[in-house]
Amino acid sequence: MAKKDAIEVEGTVIEPLPNTMFAVELENGHRVLAHISGKLRMNFIRILPGDRVRVELSPYDLSRGRITYRLK
Amino acid sequence: MMLADRRVTLKSPSQVEKMRRAGRLVADVLDRMSEELQPGVTTADLDRIAEEMIRRAGGIPSFLGVPGAGGPYRHTICVSIDDEVVHGIPGRRRIETGQVVSIDAGAIIDGWHGDAARTFVVGDVPPETLRLVEETRRGMDEGIAAARAGRSIGDIAAAVEAVALEHGYGVLREYGGHGIGNEMHEDPFVPNYRAAGRGRKLEVGLCLAIEPMFTLGGPDVQLLDDGWTVATVDGSLAAHWEQTIAILPEGPEILTVNGRDVSLSRGAGV
Repeated sequence: MAKKDAIEVEGTVIEPLPNTMFAVELENGHRVLAHISGKLRMNFIRILPGDRVRVELSPYDLSRGRITYRLK
Repeated sequence: MMLADRRVTLKSPSQVEKMRRAGRLVADVLDRMSEELQPGVTTADLDRIAEEMIRRAGGIPSFLGVPGAGGPYRHTICVSIDDEVVHGIPGRRRIETGQVVSIDAGAIIDGWHGDAARTFVVGDVPPETLRLVEETRRGMDEGIAAARAGRSIGDIAAAVEAVALEHGYGVLREYGGHGIGNEMHEDPFVPNYRAAGRGRKLEVGLCLAIEPMFTLGGPDVQLLDDGWTVATVDGSLAAHWEQTIAILPEGPEILTVNGRDVSLSRGAGV
């Protein structure tokens, strides 16, 4: 099965948005619109403003991403 | 900004041996798909046959549960027809003469993965179409040949792309090959085109799935409404080939083989 290309970055959650989306600010200052990955959802992991998270970005649309991990 | 590849693992000789087992099963499944691929059969029929083969051999279909926009994958194979490139979902669609059909299969045995794909033509197709299918396969062969310790992911990508450039084929960017082992999709990503910053060094024990995706038109693809099927935006035909390989001291070894001659026959398999 082909794998999708993705860039993994870290950022800080700024604020929650409708439909369980989040505004996340990356280390380089860019703000992205991110949704929660299925794995986080399935394990009932809450994401709050201020959390440091790992985000997967598509190289073909760097303004959108997927939160894949909440760092301790 | 980019984090180091977190899930690159090098496999020991005994672990590679376990991956050979999974690889052999996947090759058996694709051989069987080649035999069963006839006009009139449904893609769901093919999927059922593949699942039964894998389970009977004591394996587990590795595509089950893979997350995607269309929900977790619920089938054993992907069947992608004509302008569909990858991740076509098996269902009630019937195979017809003249189609270009790529089948992707994956299996887990004893915790280790095998992942491979072939593109078939059903009956007679125009020479240009057959050439796309054969040259996509050659792109994969060239990529595999470049997979040696000391070289880089970028060398594999360049070798694959070079074949596409000879013919002006479109090369998908968003999708590519991947590391493989205890998980189907491990780091590193293996692009099918040379891009800056893709220079990870190859080492003995690295297992990769190398999978070119070429089109007769442009490189752009779109996700269809089912949330899984990836199809060309311009409607052009596409081909996809994949093998799982291990990088050994003496060079690359293809794991998704079973010692049988993959004969080039039109009508069923190419």
